[in-house]
Amino acid sequence: MRLATSANEAYTASLTVSELLCCKQCGGSRGQDEELGIRIPRPLGHGPSRFIPEKEILQVGSEDAQMHTLFADSFAALGRLDNITLVMVFHPQYLESFLKTQHYLLQMDGPLPLHYRHYIGIMAAARHQCSYLVNLHVNDFLHVGGDPKWLNGLENAPQKLQNLGELNKVLAHRPWLITKEHIEGLLKAEEHSWSLAELVHAVVLLTHYHSLASFTFGCGISPEIHCDGGHTFRPPSVSNYCICDITNGNHSVDEMQVNSAGNVSVSDSFFEVEALMEKMKQLQECRDEEEASQEEMASRFEIEKRESMFVFSSDDDEVTPARDVSRHFEDTSYGYKDFSRHGMHVPTFRVQDYCWEDHGYSLVNRLYPDVGQLIDEKFHIAYNLTYNTMAMHKDVDTSMLRRAIWNYIHCMFGIRYDDYDYGEINQLLDRSFKVYIKTVVCTPEKVTKRMYDSFWRQFKHSEKVHVNLLLIEARMQAELLYALRAITRYMT
Amino acid sequence: MEKMSRVTTALSGSALTGRTMHCHLDAPANAISVCRDAAQVVVAGRSIFKIYAIEEERFVEKLNLRVGRKPSLNLSCADVVWHQMDESLLATAATNGVVVTWNLGRPSRNKQDQLFTEHKRTVNKVCFHPTEAHVLLSGSQDGFMKCFDLRRKDSVSTFSGQSESVRDVQFSIRDYFTFASTFENGNVQLWDIRRPDRCERMFTAHNGPVFCCDWHPEDRGWLATGGRDKMVKVWDMTTHRAKEVHCVQTIASVARVKWRPECRHHLATCSMMVDHNIYVWDVRRPFVPAAMFEEHRDVTTGIAWRHPHDPSFLLSGSKDSTLCQHLFRDASQPVERANPEGLCYGLFGDLAFAAKESLVAVESGRKPYTGDRRHPIFFKKKVDPAAPFAGLASSALSVFEMEPGSGSMSWFVDTAERYALAGRPLAELCDHNAKVARELGRNQVAQTWTMLRIIYCSPGLVPGTNLSHSVGKGSSCGLPLMNSFNLKDVAPGLGSETRLDRSKGDTRSDTVLLDSSATLITNEDNEETEGSDVPADYLLCDVEGEDDELYLLDPEHTHSEEPEYVLPQEAFPLRHEIVDTPPGPEHLQDKADSPHVSGSEADAASLVPVDSSFSLISVSHALYDSRLPPDFFSALVCDMLRFYAEQGDVQMAVSVLVVLGERVRKDIDEQTQEHWYTSYIDLLQRFCLWNVSNQVVKLSTSRAISCLNQASTTLHVNCSHCKRPMSSRGWVCDRCHRCASMCAVCHHVVKGLFVWCQGCSHGGHLQHIMKWLEGSSHCPAGCGHLCEYS
Repeated sequence: MRLATSANEAYTASLTVSELLCCKQCGGSRGQDEELGIRIPRPLGHGPSRFIPEKEILQVGSEDAQMHTLFADSFAALGRLDNITLVMVFHPQYLESFLKTQHYLLQMDGPLPLHYRHYIGIMAAARHQCSYLVNLHVNDFLHVGGDPKWLNGLENAPQKLQNLGELNKVLAHRPWLITKEHIEGLLKAEEHSWSLAELVHAVVLLTHYHSLASFTFGCGISPEIHCDGGHTFRPPSVSNYCICDITNGNHSVDEMQVNSAGNVSVSDSFFEVEALMEKMKQLQECRDEEEASQEEMASRFEIEKRESMFVFSSDDDEVTPARDVSRHFEDTSYGYKDFSRHGMHVPTFRVQDYCWEDHGYSLVNRLYPDVGQLIDEKFHIAYNLTYNTMAMHKDVDTSMLRRAIWNYIHCMFGIRYDDYDYGEINQLLDRSFKVYIKTVVCTPEKVTKRMYDSFWRQFKHSEKVHVNLLLIEARMQAELLYALRAITRYMT
Repeated sequence: MEKMSRVTTALSGSALTGRTMHCHLDAPANAISVCRDAAQVVVAGRSIFKIYAIEEERFVEKLNLRVGRKPSLNLSCADVVWHQMDESLLATAATNGVVVTWNLGRPSRNKQDQLFTEHKRTVNKVCFHPTEAHVLLSGSQDGFMKCFDLRRKDSVSTFSGQSESVRDVQFSIRDYFTFASTFENGNVQLWDIRRPDRCERMFTAHNGPVFCCDWHPEDRGWLATGGRDKMVKVWDMTTHRAKEVHCVQTIASVARVKWRPECRHHLATCSMMVDHNIYVWDVRRPFVPAAMFEEHRDVTTGIAWRHPHDPSFLLSGSKDSTLCQHLFRDASQPVERANPEGLCYGLFGDLAFAAKESLVAVESGRKPYTGDRRHPIFFKKKVDPAAPFAGLASSALSVFEMEPGSGSMSWFVDTAERYALAGRPLAELCDHNAKVARELGRNQVAQTWTMLRIIYCSPGLVPGTNLSHSVGKGSSCGLPLMNSFNLKDVAPGLGSETRLDRSKGDTRSDTVLLDSSATLITNEDNEETEGSDVPADYLLCDVEGEDDELYLLDPEHTHSEEPEYVLPQEAFPLRHEIVDTPPGPEHLQDKADSPHVSGSEADAASLVPVDSSFSLISVSHALYDSRLPPDFFSALVCDMLRFYAEQGDVQMAVSVLVVLGERVRKDIDEQTQEHWYTSYIDLLQRFCLWNVSNQVVKLSTSRAISCLNQASTTLHVNCSHCKRPMSSRGWVCDRCHRCASMCAVCHHVVKGLFVWCQGCSHGGHLQHIMKWLEGSSHCPAGCGHLCEYS
């Protein structure tokens, strides 16, 4: 059993937690096993990800030296080797930076006390109903001596953390609405006020966990075995498993359907890659020849921004079940809203006026030393990561595609690059891919295996994980830019 | 600031006039550039592109270059530059990657001349050749630099930096063919314009992006660079390897840097974030800016000296949508506000301080702390390296050296190590500490401990446990009595008249106190007068010896008077009177003492008896009425503690505070306590007394102190296999990938406290080893060693 050691360690903690977090449907049936005396958990999922077949993922023990060091580091820092790490190790270079940053944010010197950090992580993850991250951090939170009462809901936490709820909400779903009034409200709340340094720490944590929630859903990370939903105490023969253990309707039934659908279109998808490469080549060549007028460039951005609002999965109206983690946020209905659809407008944020490299970095590093550097490195690695491969092709310059993905995500948040032709996005990203991106970034809880499978069908899983890394880093940067701009405005 | 000023430049011949002024722009500016004639300035930004004439009193808008119905991104300027040879030629860098040139000589409203759309990303910087009319250079986010000949439709040559985005390009003013470029990854490259294939030279100048650079207008080899790492560096490029000659540390990332004309060592900087001011630095004095302009309310985005030969006018544009002209003479000079005082300890306890000369002259005579243990060995005027600053803030440097032997702090170390602060009853602690102090020859301190014990421990115990002291008392019993009477006789004569008058007017019980205090004062006076007679080595201990005697005589003294004064009184009023009175004598003493102390002797030693007199009062009353609650004395004890702290013996103050705990804590305000604790902990750490300092932190009742142990505590461990420091985690080695310490009992990795036997070096979890050794005396690892756990 892969996680045996870590599971044992955290087992005692998780038992107490499961008392708290046990979902209502399962609560009763779990109790039945008490009379047996010993309860032996069995893993529910197959491998770290529900989307990626277990055999595709690196097996612990078969890693090379670099990965081994990473695993050792990760294990040493967290006392576990979580599924996120196991999936991210597709890209060891990024993983290293990711772990370093996360370790610094959670465990090293910083303005916030340890239990606050985990609680903020829970708050952030709960906004996307990411029970995986919530469960992990509930354990950590209790481990560092957090008050279990806080877990009963945000209203039981100190006023100071409650005040952060609003920012958390806006940041997760409509970051462009953050104003300096939000910041002022947090900084000037008498005895419950935040200091600037604490606030920056909190903002970095919030954005980190919002985007990590995106990754968790985007790659279909399975629950940890020691966490709720990661194991079952039923004998294998019992087939009517609890529906809540499998999030977001990714039932095995679904898998069957998708697989059959996937097999049919193998030949189609082969041409998909070819076509994409052809388009990239074309764009590369004819860029100088065909010059779009300025007005057209401007309107292309607007079109792309507006269209990104409409891009949504067909099962949009799927009702997310009210989960018990929802008690961590007050207002479930406040989600990502399609403003264009409702006649509202996402204002344009120009990167040339406020960018991470020049402005954001300086602010973060000033208020929370070293973190600016770590995040900067992480963005850098994520943005520049390439193996010059595309599906079965080698030696491909993917920078154009990566930039298109990055800018498309920023475009959804209203962030515009003056020097980018948004027409490229339409050429390079097809609809199913856009649907996936949009869902992962804006409403990660609605990602299904079908979505994951239906884009870029010929591409390797490692490439899809790579896409996810781009998505989460671009999202984190977008949220950070809005939050930091508000802080800068407050300071001037 | 708003006053008129006329400045004539020496070199240009034409007189530049103007004043500090600003004008409101319609939109935030991104860059500004000045025309050769120094009479016009161009302001460019995302939605502004205008030329302003600089008049004497104001800016006048001359031309709006932003024409056309639809706003185009080509007009969204990241940078603008005015040709220094041709007054009608301008170039802008657009955020969408287009380089535009403008010809003001065109007859139509639209002055746009050429459009170069070769860059793929935002163009960060454009630069005209300083002498060549048609050569324009651009640097872009895409990592390329392009050189354009304005007579042709496209670029002449392209330079690939082979690294990340180009942030700045600047033609060298002296070398015709050379230009410098700076990059987002911290590199600076030097190029020859004729050789686009590779750069002439490359070096890493900053950690993180280099936002700007500027060639020195006179020194051909000097290049100033500014980066996100908040530094401005000046490089000498004439040598084989670029050499850093100066470095200025600013408080925010440096967005622009511009050498000041006619001032060889001055440069102006502005920041991209957080800080809105413009600073002018003298690079030889990198810590305090020479001048500071504070007009802007948002970050300054562009700065330019108005005329290449006039050092007094600086123009600036800002995100707050204003254009400013700053006059150097109106600048605020931080040096004036700076505190030219500094203090530092040397390795061997030497103390150096620098202060304004005027201050030193006055204060050196009455420095009580430095006078007693150290003496100034030299006193010289600091020779200021930067001559122009000499008048602004000159300071005198004094160094106090430890006198060999005398300044030894061994008593401090010994005391700190041997004091017992907790874990035993109060009486024992006090006795122990008194003994320690006595052994170290610090009798006054010893006495204080003894008195504390008497005050706070029940009187019944006093004679029983205090054997050693009573012997001392007994021996000196007879003589002091005589003394005391002598003193008492002297008292009325020496005491001031007012005091006597007052005592007469008061109740009789009051006089008891006053009498006693009077004796003390006279005693002290006596001492001072005797001070001249006694040998020079008349030290604290001698004085304390006398205190000891006084302590003994006083009970006798009061007892003898008791029948006379107290008997007619009721017990209650008496007590109340006493409670009220202590402040009285104190004030009197203060008044009476001060002229003696400061007038006759600056020596701190003379202060000592004042305190002992306080304690004397308390002691005498303790014995006089043993039923007095210890609370009664707390005010006095607090005063005593304050006195010790004041004296510099914060060790005593803190030790007593810890030992007495709740008994006195509430009477001293938190802040003072914290101050004492931090001072003492700091001292302990200077002497490497980590254990004691930790104990003090632990025992402290102040929250701010006790949490010191919880924050940022790092324990550095070396790997037991490869002997290298284990940096990231304390229990697994990065190099040999082994877990460093295994528990011999449970065979698991020890992550927290590791205890091991010094004999066989086996060990493990503290709890496990403790448990194991309860049951067995052999080593749990089975090595046969008989381990001991204590």
